[in-house]
Amino acid sequence: MTHDTERRLRRLPSDLIKFAVVLLFLFPFYWMLITSFKTYTEAIRFPPSLWPQHFNMTSYVTLLEKMNVLRYMKNTLIVTLSCIAMEMVVLVPAAYAFAKYEFAGKSLMFSLVLVAFMIPTQVTFITVYIMMARARLLKTLLPQIIPFGANAFGIFLLRQAFMQIPEEIVESARLDNASESKIMLQVMLPMCKSTIVTIALFSFVSHWNNYFWPLVMTNSEAVQPLTIAMDKLKDVEVGIDWPLIMAGNIVLVAPILIVFIFASRKIISAFAYRGIK
Amino acid sequence: MKRKEKQQFVEHRLGERRLSRFIPYLMVAPAMVFLLVFVFYPMLNLLYLSFFEYNLVNPKKKFVGFENFRNILFVKTDFRACFYNTAIYTVSVVILLILFAVMVAVWCKDKGWLNDFATTAFFTPHIIAMISCGMIWAWLMDENAGVLNAVLSFFHLPTLRWLNSSKTAMLSVVIVSVWKSLGYYSLIVLSALEAIPAEIYEAAALDNTPKRREFFKITLPMLSPQLFFLLITITINSFKVFDTIRVMTNGGPGSSTDVISFYIYRYAFIHFRIGIASASGVVLMLVLIILTAVYFKGLSKKVYYQ
Repeated sequence: MTHDTERRLRRLPSDLIKFAVVLLFLFPFYWMLITSFKTYTEAIRFPPSLWPQHFNMTSYVTLLEKMNVLRYMKNTLIVTLSCIAMEMVVLVPAAYAFAKYEFAGKSLMFSLVLVAFMIPTQVTFITVYIMMARARLLKTLLPQIIPFGANAFGIFLLRQAFMQIPEEIVESARLDNASESKIMLQVMLPMCKSTIVTIALFSFVSHWNNYFWPLVMTNSEAVQPLTIAMDKLKDVEVGIDWPLIMAGNIVLVAPILIVFIFASRKIISAFAYRGIK
Repeated sequence: MKRKEKQQFVEHRLGERRLSRFIPYLMVAPAMVFLLVFVFYPMLNLLYLSFFEYNLVNPKKKFVGFENFRNILFVKTDFRACFYNTAIYTVSVVILLILFAVMVAVWCKDKGWLNDFATTAFFTPHIIAMISCGMIWAWLMDENAGVLNAVLSFFHLPTLRWLNSSKTAMLSVVIVSVWKSLGYYSLIVLSALEAIPAEIYEAAALDNTPKRREFFKITLPMLSPQLFFLLITITINSFKVFDTIRVMTNGGPGSSTDVISFYIYRYAFIHFRIGIASASGVVLMLVLIILTAVYFKGLSKKVYYQ
């Protein structure tokens, strides 16, 4: 028996325990998926069955036909993508200016960005709601989009990335008579591609999952996103339809999970980077 | 001819330079406008509104001075109850998360597919919507048909009422929060562990240092900056908890899981008392400012021993 296999054998029990703990940790996801295929009567039977008697699609059909889940999904998609697009348009020039130019009031403005990053939406929502109500925008998707125009954390991250690009590259581009906007968009931005992807990922996850903001900013069904629709499924007085709720959450969670499965390393390192900064 | 061309070129460059002085301002302007309108003005306005009696139905404001603050801090008992609940929630989440995050990180430190798989799995709930996590766990914790009670009764243990009892509701919410964020925080500890120079451990191994001593005398002190970061971040995030509470318990049963941000929301949108809601918002903001100040003060002091 070689030394290596011996060591592996010695580690086997602890590896098995680790594997079991991980499976236990993931069990809630399994349970969400399995419940969504059960009938209501099977779901509330006690003790519960670990595998559905047969895969039942009723909950998904209900979501599509009665709940009109596609409309909510469309709202979520529009809001998420518009937020990302708007944030990018606003943050790229701002981050570039903070990184590469000297101007009066720069440090004051940058500290405003840092402070803004710490102010939670749980306190700003009151005033923003009043503003949106006065502007009569509450029946549109705009209250869910415009307030996120300035992504303070994104500005901070991209500024760091721009600052790491050597000044010589900018100088040589200037000597080639490239315009400032061309330098920013065609020389510098491609060099910060990975930071841009990181910012977009954060944005996607946080806007897709956002619950509090649409809860206070929407009062008409036509503009509500998926998260609010899921919440409404649970707001019934008697006999919560768990299979339906779990199916709804599958719809809410699946796009994020699919992105995560394909880019888990990238996403994890992006979050780790954020934590260390 | 040639001189004229040159003159034109110089003028052109000069004009460009004069214009270019404004370019940085133009570039940061959109971001600053958004921040001022949607972050700083709402903040200041919150402070302003906290001195008025004001509701959304009747737009007439009445100046009441510090009455709202006096009300929530000394007269009404519900805000104090919320503050207390938030503190209990925060302390439990902070302790459990830091403890488990360090455990997971140390446990999954070595390279290998199983540890990769484990860290990925632990991280997954972090990117899932908080309300989905809340709903999945509310279903697992269902009093009559939930899996957790099924497991308890399988082992002939007394079943719990989980979210339906004021004794266990807060515990249930804490469990969900820990489950959701564990992977994220252990990731931070993990990358800090990887940054500890291997020579220190090699030196300890030469001295035959026992594993436990190595952990308490080397690993933990070397992790202290990250643990401090975790302490503050988790505390700040816990003070803002809303989604789980709203989805899982709605503040109940009774007011056993009523927390500050839920209180603000409730007073603004259900009782329509903007003044009270704003005053509570100001209190929450003050707490967060103090925590952040402590964080930066701590950062500037030595938390890092090397």
